[in-house]
Amino acid sequence: MVKELNVTQTMRAGRYGRFGGQFVPETLMTALIELEAAYDDAIADPIFTDEVSYYLKDFVGRETPLYFAERLTKEAGGAKIYLKREDLNHTGAHKINNTVGQALLAMRMGKKKIVAETGAGQHGVATATVCALFNLECVIYMGKEDIRRQELNVFRMELLGAKVVSVNKGSGTLKDAVNEALRYWVANVEDTHYILGSALGPHPFPRIVRDFQRVIGVETRRQIVEKEGRLPDAIVACIGGGSNAIGMFHPFIDDEDVGLYGVEAAGSGIETGLHAAAIADGKEGVLHGAYMYVLQDNDGFIQEAHSISAGLDYPAVGPEHSHLHDIGRVTYTSVTDAGALQGLQLLAKVEGIIPALESAHAVHYAVELAGTMGEEEILVICLSGRGDKDVQTVRDALGGGLND
Amino acid sequence: MTKQDLTNAITDCVARGDKAFVPYIMAGDGGLETIKNTILFLQQTGVTAIELGIPFSDPVADGPVIEEAGERALAKGITLRKVVKELASFKNEVTVPLVIMTYLNPILSYGIDQFAKDCQDSGISGLIVPDLPHEESGLLQNSLEKSEIALIPLVSLTSPPERIKKITAAAEGFVYAVTVNGITGVRDGFGDDLAAHLEQLKAVSPVPVLAGFGISTPEQVQSIGALADGVIVGSAIVAAFHRNDLMTVEELVKASKKEIYS
Repeated sequence: MVKELNVTQTMRAGRYGRFGGQFVPETLMTALIELEAAYDDAIADPIFTDEVSYYLKDFVGRETPLYFAERLTKEAGGAKIYLKREDLNHTGAHKINNTVGQALLAMRMGKKKIVAETGAGQHGVATATVCALFNLECVIYMGKEDIRRQELNVFRMELLGAKVVSVNKGSGTLKDAVNEALRYWVANVEDTHYILGSALGPHPFPRIVRDFQRVIGVETRRQIVEKEGRLPDAIVACIGGGSNAIGMFHPFIDDEDVGLYGVEAAGSGIETGLHAAAIADGKEGVLHGAYMYVLQDNDGFIQEAHSISAGLDYPAVGPEHSHLHDIGRVTYTSVTDAGALQGLQLLAKVEGIIPALESAHAVHYAVELAGTMGEEEILVICLSGRGDKDVQTVRDALGGGLND
Repeated sequence: MTKQDLTNAITDCVARGDKAFVPYIMAGDGGLETIKNTILFLQQTGVTAIELGIPFSDPVADGPVIEEAGERALAKGITLRKVVKELASFKNEVTVPLVIMTYLNPILSYGIDQFAKDCQDSGISGLIVPDLPHEESGLLQNSLEKSEIALIPLVSLTSPPERIKKITAAAEGFVYAVTVNGITGVRDGFGDDLAAHLEQLKAVSPVPVLAGFGISTPEQVQSIGALADGVIVGSAIVAAFHRNDLMTVEELVKASKKEIYS
């Protein structure tokens, strides 16, 4: 049995420096307090943690490989590049690490109904999957624009028995889906658990999501030591809300020699204003229950994010990342839509792996970074998901053919 | 007007045998210049106080009627700053207490201290922030303590008794009792446990208790009003103003008065 569910405390309840907190309607407060108590109780119970580990191993297929990308390394011409293959998880992304944990937690709390939001559809599919597995009722809110971009994931969720509700408000993307999921939760809070999919939202969600995603970093740490006898020099992950990145980074936070790099989506370019880079271009503020970096105008209205990748198309970055940026522990940078498309094509060609557009942002930056590093150095990319869902989008973006 | 004036307006109303009636309007639905006329109209209908909603890009506590009104107001360029400034321009003509309802982020963007000062200058006596629960209220309370503005707490059906005591202990102005689990908007019915909940809330609250969310008809104004010190009516008022149906507004207000009510 894999024992990866290692849990840590936040510095103060629900705060990461000055970020985080619980900025939600009073109707949800009791549910959040109950959730925190139930979570504390669950993670202290070996029966629960063993159960999570069991499903991660036998259902999800963990552990995922840490793969030495030899040809990509040659291409980059510097550090040895390893890929943490979260794309090989059941359902195709890291999202299921969290949904398995939260679904088991919901059942332990006696809740038989689940609501969730989804952007790219990966979290929605991962949620619908565990709801099918555990026989839970499932409602997924998804933006209209994302439904268009990720049509197959919608059908996938429906095959799995979930009800997918289209959100037409705002930009019809992840932010609007979270608004609707929150509204649904407020109205159904007594019998429904909200499986938030990213390291966002009111406390205790950022902590719960991080803890369930920590398995990525914990495995990576052990695997790289087995293969190389030491820790890596750099780790690169993409950031929308930040769940794969925080899961990967967290076990390395205290290892000061390990450089941590978070890659935001720069969309059409930061200077165009059409992007999703909340750290690069946002201000501190409150959205969806947490104090964090948020894209907003001068009156405090939240702005729409723009990215070719639905999973990064969110106008804020989670509270723990906001804090890690402030204390300078993680370096946050960004890659444009065009860069992500290049990263995707490169990895497909030289390694036979089509990454998700989200992960392709990390690939693109990592190749640049590796090129500046020595051959004796080691870089790990968190390959958070596979690109099957994005093939249509990529084809459209490339004008129906390949631009070599 | 001060937070004490707000409390007094409600208690005076109850002392007369009426129920307090607080309409919610979306500030600037129809344009910034409509705010004054709407407020002056409402105060001559006999409302107890007026709640002005500030439009927001992500109004998670609001149902479709108020959200759409907010979108219309946003399209007219309405912001928190503009509304506060507009209110200052005719504050001498206002005879009922005004309460601002806004989500937290526009206040943070405004600057908390500056916002508290400007509200004071505009004669605003209360503030409702639906995404600021008791645990986080210190964020605003420190700045508001120096002012004459009440931070009005919300209590929901899901708030357990111990929590209700904690929330209401230092309450000022009035307590906003959320009558349903869910968002604002029209509803057919209310839960059976509402009466007991409101009774318990009134027993512990040091300030009046007004019930709101889902109250949309004169009958509901009376039936829910009977369980509290008064009611807040939002979506039905917003919808009536939008279709310029002032008679419906007047009928809703009238339903809170003793001669009709008893």
